[in-house]
Amino acid sequence: MELTEDEEESLNGEHGEALQTAYRILSATGEATDAEKLVPIHWAHVSGVNYNTIGDAGEEFLATLSKNAKFKVRTTVNPMGYDRDSVEKFGLDENFIQKQESIKKSYKKMGVTPSFSCIPYEIYDMPQEGTQVAFAETNAAIYANSIGKLKTNKESAFSALASAITGKSPYSDLRKDDSPTMSIAMKVSDPNELTFGLLGYFAGKVADKSVAISGVKNLDKRCNKSLCASMGTSGTCGKFVLDDNSSASEKVDFDEKEMQKVYDELNTAESGDLITLGSPQLGLEEMSGLASMLKGRAFKKRCLIFCPRAIQEQARHLGYAGQLESAGCELMSDCCTCLTPLVTKKDADSVTTNSIKGAYYLKNSNGLDVNLKPLSEIVRDETS
Amino acid sequence: MTLKTIVKGKVTGKVLKSSQPINFLGSVDKKTGAITDQKHDLFGKKIAGSILVFPNGIGSSVGAYTIYSLKSNNSAPAAMACQKVDLTVASGCALANIPLFILSPDEYDSMKDGDEISLG
Repeated sequence: MELTEDEEESLNGEHGEALQTAYRILSATGEATDAEKLVPIHWAHVSGVNYNTIGDAGEEFLATLSKNAKFKVRTTVNPMGYDRDSVEKFGLDENFIQKQESIKKSYKKMGVTPSFSCIPYEIYDMPQEGTQVAFAETNAAIYANSIGKLKTNKESAFSALASAITGKSPYSDLRKDDSPTMSIAMKVSDPNELTFGLLGYFAGKVADKSVAISGVKNLDKRCNKSLCASMGTSGTCGKFVLDDNSSASEKVDFDEKEMQKVYDELNTAESGDLITLGSPQLGLEEMSGLASMLKGRAFKKRCLIFCPRAIQEQARHLGYAGQLESAGCELMSDCCTCLTPLVTKKDADSVTTNSIKGAYYLKNSNGLDVNLKPLSEIVRDETS
Repeated sequence: MTLKTIVKGKVTGKVLKSSQPINFLGSVDKKTGAITDQKHDLFGKKIAGSILVFPNGIGSSVGAYTIYSLKSNNSAPAAMACQKVDLTVASGCALANIPLFILSPDEYDSMKDGDEISLG
């Protein structure tokens, strides 16, 4: 990868340690993707905020970095480990809270917009089509490319952080024009958001950088988010296009049999001890939709709903938050189902959710069994 | 000869080879370096000190922090070698200073689990 004189100096440490670290990361990701140069990006979204996932090493790294680093472009952040309003209910130890607060402080020192959300595309205005951004959170990167028509690679926590500090990213892969080499034919009838989650998990496994999907017309927000999140979980694919006439050379079917295979891999329980909704976090449309589905009904079990703080505040003004709470839901902001320290073996053996991404990490990271159901069935079976 | 060097370094060690991609966040214990995903072909094995040969990284962007944490906890592989390198593995290895190589298909096929090899 060709660097300008200024970039070369930064890589050699002439402009300080923070920039050197950032350029070391960008050089590696540039080489790995055969980029010829760095290009400006206009928005970075970083992951690596939750102490549960980045641990002591991550906390110390950010504390050191933040002594000298400043974000050069608008930078939003992923969820952290808890909601400060309800953290007392969950019995997290003092060390966890102290380390999480230190991580928050480090990001704030570097100039972050404290969004603590994995759905930046639902809380901020989207830039013009074709704008180069650097999104680490995988569901957000796939959403930005596929629905927002922005340009980002499926960035890592460090590559997005390096882009936040330098305002640049390697010009490669999905940042260039890229047409899918694989097309998946959707053959399952009457799909819901869980079906699209299963399709996304399958697509992530078989497709490399981008994928065309045929047999699907318009998707609602819940289905789109489910597809983006599960695709990001299982592979490296960072973009989909709905296209019935793709010229992709490889074609595969996603039928009932393939769907069942993915379902059997991820569904490990017949029912859940509690319910979690939101991975990705719920947006306003989903909150109002759920509020109307729940009219006159209440959950028979604990139901945790994860949404961004900005959305919870709007939902409260509009009355949806109150309606959801009357139906027994607990609203949580700044955190998410995915990699949560709040639901552990101490609280439950199994969880019911409609999120494929949530299911994967609840099983693999939290060690819990998962019961997968679309939202309509969760409401039907778990409320009265 | 490797096809491409992403993070420089000379290393000699024993190959630990997987035929499956690795999601570092969901399936590796950042303290011990053990593979915790029961469905993975390296389940129960520790990647510490090995030359970890696998097709590519997948999944969470935060896996880069897992790679960095492994190094801080002295549980990281001595080097990694992949068929293709995703941004999570590339950036994690760059920050943790773990040598990282892209292998040609022939090289990848010829490396066997347990082989003593030198790279870099």
